Amino acid sequence: MREEQLLLSRCESCATVIWYPRPFCPRCGGRDVMRFPASGEATVYTYTVVRKARGEYRDRTPYVVAYVELAEGPRVLTNIIDCDPAEVHIGQPVTLTFDTPSDGPGLYRFRPST
Amino acid sequence: MSAMTIRRKAFIVGAYEHPRREIPDLSVAEIQAEVALAALADAGLRPSDVDAYFCDSDAPGVGALSMAEYLGLRCRYIDTTETGGASYLSHVGHAAAAIALGKCQVALCVMGGRPRSLRQASGPDLSGAPETPYETPWGITDTVHNYALAAMRHMHEFGTTSRQLAEVKVAASLHARHNPNAFLRTPVTVDDVVNSPMISDPLHRLDCCVMTDGGGAVVIASAEVARRLSRRSVAVLGHGEAAKGTGNGRPDVTYTAAVWSGPAAFAEAGVTPADIDYASIYDSFTITALMALEDLGFCEKGKGGSFVQDGALLAPHGRLPMNTDGGGLCNNQPDNRGGMARMIEAVRQLRGEAAAPVQVPDCRLAVVHGSGGRLATRSSAATLILGREDA
Repeated sequence: MREEQLLLSRCESCATVIWYPRPFCPRCGGRDVMRFPASGEATVYTYTVVRKARGEYRDRTPYVVAYVELAEGPRVLTNIIDCDPAEVHIGQPVTLTFDTPSDGPGLYRFRPST
Repeated sequence: MSAMTIRRKAFIVGAYEHPRREIPDLSVAEIQAEVALAALADAGLRPSDVDAYFCDSDAPGVGALSMAEYLGLRCRYIDTTETGGASYLSHVGHAAAAIALGKCQVALCVMGGRPRSLRQASGPDLSGAPETPYETPWGITDTVHNYALAAMRHMHEFGTTSRQLAEVKVAASLHARHNPNAFLRTPVTVDDVVNSPMISDPLHRLDCCVMTDGGGAVVIASAEVARRLSRRSVAVLGHGEAAKGTGNGRPDVTYTAAVWSGPAAFAEAGVTPADIDYASIYDSFTITALMALEDLGFCEKGKGGSFVQDGALLAPHGRLPMNTDGGGLCNNQPDNRGGMARMIEAVRQLRGEAAAPVQVPDCRLAVVHGSGGRLATRSSAATLILGREDA
């Protein structure tokens, strides 16, 4: 069973939230790194509506790829789902969600906040 | 200070762009050998004159080792810097530095590939990269999806419009009319660009460069060698390069590594953007060139959209004639890497050998700017300032 959490890392030496996760801090070089779950609240930093894609995504267009800025600071690449792509906009509040296993690979994604 | 510069220490003495854009009948090694030998012939040099080899990961086999042997070269200096489409501009900067230090005298820089015939993207294998699990699963299946993220934010922050981006393509298409080898030779309008199919908002099909087979090579030589050649040479005046990542997951996608490579190159050359007669600017997408123009200092940050309007980029009389071969958008983006083709057009301009309708009169100073990787995540930049022999 997968745990439905987006795990972030924090450097115990300099308190930097690290993204993407790695076993050291890219700011201070510290190796004491603690993992913690993201709050799940974010805003859209930028996005694109993909209308032509390859591979497993070829038949899923149009879909939204976005950088969302987490409340904790990092900007992460993800999808915005559960909405009309035309409604997505920069600055939009979004909330963490996970696919059900039958719906895809169980990735962290985001949907418009209610 | 003067000892610590490459300014006028090395010269591009030979250049060659493969004339074909679809090459199903040659191997990558054969394409690279063709352009290498033709660039040497252009310089009036022979393979036995070469003592340094520069290539990136598109060289087949064990890169420089396989190709140097294939070509029959004996090298005392080798550099396989890989920064995507900017690689070849870095190679020239590195070659100039090596020549300035006396490490070599005649450097051959070669690239080529055939993604069009092979119907596949090319480039480094990303499967083992540490960032891959955090970037690929969400459907960024093509480079354009990544650049679209940068374009969308640029529009949001600065008010850049699709019609302004289209001006970059329009200028390239008007130039490509005069290039018999260009992949796309039909002029397009702003309306054509914005009415072409949307690929990844806000980038349309005509905001994207061509995918071509092909290749190119340049020969860089010391002043001593350049002096005894009959062909007109081009002075390397300045070089800068840089890499930009996401900054621990806090990317600002509205600027590129050109903000670092540009000032370094201009400072080394002792010139400013206002002195530049001709610009070859990497244009994998319209947004790539527009952001580079801003970051190199040709206009204020965020004003690239208005800068490229009103025929500013058109040769011979625009404010900044750019990509007079048709650029990657219309002429050639061999192996999905445009740095070499852009550099070769700058050499043509400084030799006075560009197509007559687009030759910039009295062209003395050129900037060549390349980028590689992906703008919205991690990308490279390399900038060269090149000068006419007598500049």
